[in-house]
Amino acid sequence: MLTFTLRRLLVAIPTLLFISLIIFLLVDLAPGSPLSDIPLTVPPDVRQRMIEALGADQPVFVRYLLWLRQFFWVEPAYLLDGWLGTSLAEGEQRILSWQSRSPVFTVIGQRLPQTLTVIGTAYLLGVAIALPIGIYSAYRQYSMFDQFGTLFAMIGFSVPTFFSGTLFIIIFAVWLGWFPTKYDTQLSVTDWATFVEQLRQMALPVMTLGLANAAVISRYMRSSMLDNMTQDYVRTARAKGMPERTVVLKHVLRNSMIPVVTVIALGIPSIFGGAIITENLFGVNGIGAALIGAINASDLPMVQTLAFIFAVLIVAFNLIADVLYGLLDPRIRYD
Amino acid sequence: MPDGGQSVLDVRDLVTVFRTRGGEVHAVNSVSFHLQNGELLGVVGESGSGKSVTMMSLIGLLPSPPADVRGGEVWLGGRDILKISADALRDLRGAKVGFVFQDPMTSLNPVFTVGAQIMEPLIRHMGLSKAQARVRAAELLELVGISDAKNRLSAYPHQFSGGMRQRVMIAIALACDPDVLIADEPTTALDVTIQAQILELVKDLRAKLGMAIIWITHDLGVIAGIADRVMVMYAGQVVEQAPVKELFANPQHPYTRALLKTIPAISGPRQDRLQVIEGQPPILAARPSACSFRARCPHAFDRCHAENPVRRAVDANPVGRGHDVACHWSAGHFDA
Repeated sequence: MLTFTLRRLLVAIPTLLFISLIIFLLVDLAPGSPLSDIPLTVPPDVRQRMIEALGADQPVFVRYLLWLRQFFWVEPAYLLDGWLGTSLAEGEQRILSWQSRSPVFTVIGQRLPQTLTVIGTAYLLGVAIALPIGIYSAYRQYSMFDQFGTLFAMIGFSVPTFFSGTLFIIIFAVWLGWFPTKYDTQLSVTDWATFVEQLRQMALPVMTLGLANAAVISRYMRSSMLDNMTQDYVRTARAKGMPERTVVLKHVLRNSMIPVVTVIALGIPSIFGGAIITENLFGVNGIGAALIGAINASDLPMVQTLAFIFAVLIVAFNLIADVLYGLLDPRIRYD
Repeated sequence: MPDGGQSVLDVRDLVTVFRTRGGEVHAVNSVSFHLQNGELLGVVGESGSGKSVTMMSLIGLLPSPPADVRGGEVWLGGRDILKISADALRDLRGAKVGFVFQDPMTSLNPVFTVGAQIMEPLIRHMGLSKAQARVRAAELLELVGISDAKNRLSAYPHQFSGGMRQRVMIAIALACDPDVLIADEPTTALDVTIQAQILELVKDLRAKLGMAIIWITHDLGVIAGIADRVMVMYAGQVVEQAPVKELFANPQHPYTRALLKTIPAISGPRQDRLQVIEGQPPILAARPSACSFRARCPHAFDRCHAENPVRRAVDANPVGRGHDVACHWSAGHFDA
């Protein structure tokens, strides 16, 4: 298992380098200029100097190699400096956002907590709802509960979040007045009252995303349970006189979780990616919103860095899913 | 208990019906049989004759719906176990009645160790602690002829061959020292040499432990080798029942005769073609009102189309005790 993991990590290096090149070139090929927001009254020679100041006049491969160095060497050095108080970075140039002129990772550091709190909670909640629904739906296939579960999943699947989110705002915020319509990113949790306030403002985006997540995962869970429920070993467990609880929640569930864990693990990068539409709808100033803003402003370093971070996460969680698969299923050995 | 404590298991008029979209399927029709202490009862019949369904329905192993055990009595340990609660039945399964299934490749849970799977019924039924169960599980593995038992406990099923897995299944079935072992075609999925080993093992275990065994198979050769008594099933009914020697020497039912004729002879001139019984067993949508075998029977006459034959004694013993047959036709001397 260890050799497998190490080998996969080594293979991930060229993969990620290749991905980074593709991302860099694609983003660079896209039309637009970092100065498109600057008024046309600014004289051309000033514009030229601004472009030079950003480093945007350099050839693409020069910028790519510089970015690589900054991403893999300078930024980790700053991170370590921040943690350990060392001075590895020695004031080297960081990846700067063309929009705000501040380091890209500072922006990410500001935005990521919002995204992780809201979308992470929604994902956890979605999983926590989906697993019991999937398990019980499969155990009582075609029962009323299963029919409702199917309906719920169909709604979660087919209704886009911009619709369900708006609907939730109208019902729960406007009509009932239970929750605020907007997410206040300035709110800091210091005591019980602010904690409750935080929960209230998270409620609607978490519900919106949680429904969509739960729909997908409950379907996977249900079909995986159904696949296993008719296996011979289930009959063996019953023949041993095991109570239904043990049969279903131990024998069947352990086998059914193998594919579902993979699905859940592969879904985690999307938490970091943010849910662009939902973040916009509720005013959660997270990573998704940052990415959209950066794209609109042709802030290439920001877009490239974010896109590449998502790529790293996807590669990492693929590996984690594979390792989990091996841990859960004794038949799979990677050596 | 209705019959004097001689039988460990007494089944009377068991009826099992499957409810399907296309209507009802009567899979078990008034099956009665009993099992003596320490006896090995062979149950034969072709696929779909209701052998497995009979055994699974008497211990509540069929999923319901669609299966519905509609009538009959099953006496085990002084109780009619069709009348007791699901929980009480669960206490019997694996404790008083052990099961071995046909396909050892899929009958063990792939994600748990062999040891954990043997220990489960020990902890559940005998109230052993984990440590005690582990010791007992190792003994059981040794009992079924798996060497290096202690280390093998932490192996997973996929690390075992088919024959070894069937040994593990037997160990699980025997874990709580059951009165009755029901073996549902336990050797069908195995190589012939492994079959022979498993048969030897079962003979050996029977001598050591003395439990009664119901052995379901469609292999008459196996039955001849190990059974004390044979029950032939067709279309969910017992069509003939006799001690093993008597059945092979003097089969009465045309179906039994046809089954015996299908065994290719290993001596004498080679037959041109293998003997077969033409046709398929019927799928019964209602209780049989005529003989189920009539369409395939060379001896069928008017009465067979009008009336379902009941079991009648062939020798001096009462039905179920000696040789009996459910057939209107009186058979003469059999010549295979």
